Amino acid sequence: MTSPSAFTALSLAILKGFVRDKTSVFFAVIFPLMFLVLFGGLFSDQDQSKVELIQVGGVALVDGLPDDAREAFDETFEVERSDDLDAAIAEVRKGDADVALEQQGDQLVAHYTQTEQVKAAITQGALRAFVDGANVAQLSAESGQPPTFTLETERVEDESLTTIQFVTPGLLGWAVAMSAAFGAAATLQGWRQSKLLRRLQLAPVSTRTVVGARVTVTVAIALAQLAIFIGLGAAAFGLTLTGSWWMSIPLLVVGTLCFMALGLLAGAVTTTVEGAVNAANFVVLPMAFLSGSFFPLDATPGWLQAISNALPLKHLNEAMMDVMVRGEGPSSALVPMGILAAFALVVTLVAARLFRWETS
Amino acid sequence: MTRAIEVENLTMTYGTLRAVDDVSLSVEQGEFVGILGPNGAGKTTTLETIEGLRRPDRGSVTVLGQPVWPRNAGLLPRIGVQLQASSFFERLTAREQMHTFAALYGVRTSVADDWLERVGLVDKADTRVEDLSGGQTQRLSIASALVHDPELVFLDEPTAALDPQARRNLWDLLSGLNDSGRTVVLTTHYMDEAEVLCDRVAIMDSGRILQFDSPSALIRRLDAPARITVAPGQLQLDEARRIDGVDEAAEGSDGVVLVTRQPTVVVSRLAETDQLDGVRVQTGTLEDVFLDLTGREYRA
Repeated sequence: MTSPSAFTALSLAILKGFVRDKTSVFFAVIFPLMFLVLFGGLFSDQDQSKVELIQVGGVALVDGLPDDAREAFDETFEVERSDDLDAAIAEVRKGDADVALEQQGDQLVAHYTQTEQVKAAITQGALRAFVDGANVAQLSAESGQPPTFTLETERVEDESLTTIQFVTPGLLGWAVAMSAAFGAAATLQGWRQSKLLRRLQLAPVSTRTVVGARVTVTVAIALAQLAIFIGLGAAAFGLTLTGSWWMSIPLLVVGTLCFMALGLLAGAVTTTVEGAVNAANFVVLPMAFLSGSFFPLDATPGWLQAISNALPLKHLNEAMMDVMVRGEGPSSALVPMGILAAFALVVTLVAARLFRWETS
Repeated sequence: MTRAIEVENLTMTYGTLRAVDDVSLSVEQGEFVGILGPNGAGKTTTLETIEGLRRPDRGSVTVLGQPVWPRNAGLLPRIGVQLQASSFFERLTAREQMHTFAALYGVRTSVADDWLERVGLVDKADTRVEDLSGGQTQRLSIASALVHDPELVFLDEPTAALDPQARRNLWDLLSGLNDSGRTVVLTTHYMDEAEVLCDRVAIMDSGRILQFDSPSALIRRLDAPARITVAPGQLQLDEARRIDGVDEAAEGSDGVVLVTRQPTVVVSRLAETDQLDGVRVQTGTLEDVFLDLTGREYRA
């Protein structure tokens, strides 16, 4: 059987080496997916839980609600009945219930705490709405006229992105940055340690072939990460992509080159495989935080956003978000791709200058 | 016929250290040559410069009639190298390693499989390189250096860190390598290995080649006396001293030890008097030559 080409053989060798390395696979795929599940799963349920209400004695307003209002009331409040006001207030104070409600003549008295401000506000607002509703109903019944103004509420999807839409592009950017940087750093160091670099230098293959094989495998891994993230995000957490999401493919390719260059730099300045991987981690993890991979940067101070603009991952993340979920056109990715490519070029040149064949 | 290797006045310097100091060396095609020396003698640097991995600071290196520096792509398919470390792709099996190297040299996969068989690794073909023993790793390393049937092969300490069995086992493989006219250059710090395998041995120390000749010529030149040990109770000490050709005689733990430069004369005299039972004759070894040349003091 004739052998495959040197390029194919090298690519296969590198790919097998990656797939068989459980640690690499874990950090490239499983670890970022854990964050996706964590953010996408835990934080996606933004609905408030019901307000726990203790009704003390008879409350005409609540008991006399018409059916449709009763339904709305039950959606907001979890009603428990009691006859002991002091005990009910004590429960509210301890935080076991949110509000104790009693009727004194025509007055409705709600006892609540400000400890949980959101719930306090909901309680106040909702109760006031029901009281107003009851008053309006009574007035219109007395006058025989329907109320002049009615309010119809209709829910519109929030302008800001839902959790899964926001976290998928950022986490994907981080995952790709991590595996590209680690892969390049560990390969350079490992091959230098074992003198495989020297061995390849003495084989009739060009540097272009060797580098090309390594880049091809890393890009393939990045695209696999993209497929897994989109697949899981869409299947399990309702991720919906916008029109020019396919621009994330060329974006990831350029991003991969950029972070491989950082990995090469880490491999060039260190002397052991562990050192190289740690150096890559030291660069990539803080960068992921500062580039909005884990949380949005909108609320951060201006100086932090200024720093983040100097980081390539920020531009990758922003561009990925633009094309994948914000519905921006394909051309929005061009400037970030240029920035990433320039970064890759500069860092590669620095790494090449610092590169040594021998570790000693 | 062009020489396999021609090194002229090679000097390599690391900072202030002269790792290789004005070395000249020529190797004919088909020769099995050993470079012998203590750690730090400059063996590996010399070898890597001849392979074309390092630019000579001074002097010239020609391999198979061509300059090796800068990287000579035409020469690469004609030489095979085994470097000091085990240079393999991580987490690939023995067979996958061989197939990958075969592809790098454009050699058929079946040739790679033949080499696995020749170095006795068929049973281990599906074992990852990390799980091979030291001897198996070295054999795979040698096989991967030879997969493209090179005219000239360099082996850098192929038996380092192996136990005696694995070492002997590897000798059988190594000794056949130059049968088909291939030139073999190996570095080692084992004297017995060089004596058994090599046609010629260069003894190196402190970056210089001290001697370069066949093992037997080196031993002859050393002119070391032979030591003949006669089993206890066969020969009295004063009687031993009177034998012609005996320079010295002493009582040892396993009999009387005679030191002589004419072992043939002394042994035939012992045969005449029927005192040959349990006689042991030790002549000079390459190790004696080596220690004579490089000194005996311990170097850390």
